[in-house]
Amino acid sequence: MRLPTRVLMADLNTRRFSVEDRADLFQYYIGGSGVAISLLNEYCPKGADPLGPDNPIIFAVGPLVGLYPLASKTVAMFKSPLTGNLGESHAGGRSAVAIRSAGYGAIVIRGASETPIYVSVDSKGVQFRDASGIWGIASSVTTGRIIRELETGAGTRTIMRIGGAGERLVRYASVITETYRHFGRLGLGAVFGSKKLKAVTVSGDHGFEVSDRKLYRETYDDVYKRAVSSPVMKKYHDIGTASNIMPLNLQKGLPTMNLRATTSPEAERISGEKLAENYLGRRVACAHCPVACIHIAALREPYANEPYFYKTTMIPYDYELIYALGSMLGVFDEKMMLHLIDAVEIWGLDAMSTGVVLAWATEAMERGLIGQGETLGLALKWGDEPAYAKAVEHIVKQPNEFYAALARGVDFASKRYGGEEYAMAFGGNEMPGYHTGPISHVGHLTGSRHSHLDAAGYSIDQAALKDKLLPDAKTAASKLLKEEAWRQVLSSLVVCFFARGIYDKDMVSKTLATAGHKVPPEALESIGMQILREKNRFKEREGFNHKELRIPGRVFETPSPLGKIDEKYLRESVEEFYRLLYA
Amino acid sequence: MSRLTVVDADRCVGCQLCMFACNRRFGEGGLAKSAIRVRSAGGFERGFVVVACRACLDPPCMKVCPVDALEPRKGGGVILKARKCIGCHRCEEACPMHAIFWDNEANKPDICVHCGYCVNYCPHEVLAMKEAEQL
Ligand code: SF4
Ligand code: SF4
Repeated sequence: MRLPTRVLMADLNTRRFSVEDRADLFQYYIGGSGVAISLLNEYCPKGADPLGPDNPIIFAVGPLVGLYPLASKTVAMFKSPLTGNLGESHAGGRSAVAIRSAGYGAIVIRGASETPIYVSVDSKGVQFRDASGIWGIASSVTTGRIIRELETGAGTRTIMRIGGAGERLVRYASVITETYRHFGRLGLGAVFGSKKLKAVTVSGDHGFEVSDRKLYRETYDDVYKRAVSSPVMKKYHDIGTASNIMPLNLQKGLPTMNLRATTSPEAERISGEKLAENYLGRRVACAHCPVACIHIAALREPYANEPYFYKTTMIPYDYELIYALGSMLGVFDEKMMLHLIDAVEIWGLDAMSTGVVLAWATEAMERGLIGQGETLGLALKWGDEPAYAKAVEHIVKQPNEFYAALARGVDFASKRYGGEEYAMAFGGNEMPGYHTGPISHVGHLTGSRHSHLDAAGYSIDQAALKDKLLPDAKTAASKLLKEEAWRQVLSSLVVCFFARGIYDKDMVSKTLATAGHKVPPEALESIGMQILREKNRFKEREGFNHKELRIPGRVFETPSPLGKIDEKYLRESVEEFYRLLYA
Repeated sequence: MSRLTVVDADRCVGCQLCMFACNRRFGEGGLAKSAIRVRSAGGFERGFVVVACRACLDPPCMKVCPVDALEPRKGGGVILKARKCIGCHRCEEACPMHAIFWDNEANKPDICVHCGYCVNYCPHEVLAMKEAEQL
């Protein structure tokens, strides 16, 4: 088998599966995001209920997976229950290599089961297994532990599962794989839950041929050397993405207490440096990644009621988690912050959405829009981690209308209770941790996932800060568009975005050729643009209109490192982005 | 003669670059023919186990092969004579380290030859080629 072009179709209604060769799609769209959006267009009927059986779950990998370092990601696509349009989320762990080793380029899961189920995939196809015994287990970690014992393939398999939040259909529930990796954003966990799907495991043992063995090994060594000697890689290995906390805090671009502030004298306590010094217990990598950016804190604590009885909890942290559950909530006590991260991980929620939702609720409470009647007696206050942890539990269990509203995201909750000016979401997706200048926010508004990962607007802001020169609104739009279009190529291979410095046009073309897929370097950009257009077409088909994008007023009130942000600049840049996209 | 040695499994990050390297000896991608395996010690939170052949001087796998397809390697371990192998899995079962893996496509065992190729790709100094130390 050379290119991964087979698509596994699994139907939860009938508990049957089939395999189709879709070389037609992989030929042009390469894999990953490109193939996933094509499959989503094909299998998701217009207007489908995101939490209904018609919403398909698509996982796609690409031709570099299993062949080259850092080609370590799986793309998931679905209709998002949070935004009502494009749901796309990427995760690594062992998922990508496992899917390709099982002999597939993509997996499409359709329908819904009446009773709890989990699905076990290998090269022979799909086993539909009863999950009534594990349904209702709130912890995503425990769920993983149980399935690990039930399934074979230790070392080369993936176990993607949901926790309580997915079962209870929280619109920003995540799917967790290999304990520390997530399909975090946009609510894939709720889509799993709506299908009564507790987990998907994949394992396989196929090898993949290359077009020229010698050239493959040489090209591999080239990529490998670049990877292990690059300074970016060192940064992400040493302190991890958490190394961004201090510089952003210093620049005054770290969203703090619902973006009422952008810096705090206490931020050092939750910085990557401090966490590494006092808590870092282990670093972990996705399959085929030399960087190992995943940082895990070892938190050792005594039991309150018994002396000399300790437990050590291994808790992952990275920049986004620290922002969302630390600075955004004013939780600067690092132990408290780690506790909150742990709770969010165990329930299986997206950390960014959860943090932003709680930040809004805290401010709404302060301003008297909601009271203890709504919060069931909790006094939500900046930094009060025990109250936040309890609120997280309520979001999952939804004991009243207020928490049910929180479980639908900050857009929904603020429409119902007020405070939209400080409900920090873009396009329905809660904001990531960058208030670096106007371009980060243009990126959040125009990005097809409304995420910082779409086009990394913050890095354009930061270049502007360094050069002391802000590009005009139109130039900013065209830069963002170019970057986002290129990222579609990377996420079709599927390469981790941290490796974007290694996989330039020539390297992509070269590695693809050894994989058996010939694309000249100059053709890549237009493929990326095409994929981006397809994604936006899907969004528009499902009702997205960029002219209706809400921008929370807080963005304009709180100065960024580049000064106060001008609404006109944002609107003009957004308009230009869409003009160029379809030009 | 030196042999592949796991010098410090606590430094292992579970990247599996060693596994991919071993497989690349055959000029292929994936992990089908890899003779080394890294798995979690019961979940990623607990760290990793590096399962590798320790080049026994008196290899139990060799003793159970019914067709003498495994021959002693100088310096410990075995060399597979693939033509003789009938794919009976006995060597795999006999290895107390579970360090013999199975290539299902070829229906033959994957057995480490202690070439050291994987060592060059471990970014975290977990593996090394060393002389066997005797107690
Ligand atoms: S020493 Fe050679 S044969 Fe043994 S595991 Fe490493 S690469 Fe494979
Ligand atoms: S290459 Fe090294 S760090 Fe990576 S899995 Fe193998 S032994 Fe562990």
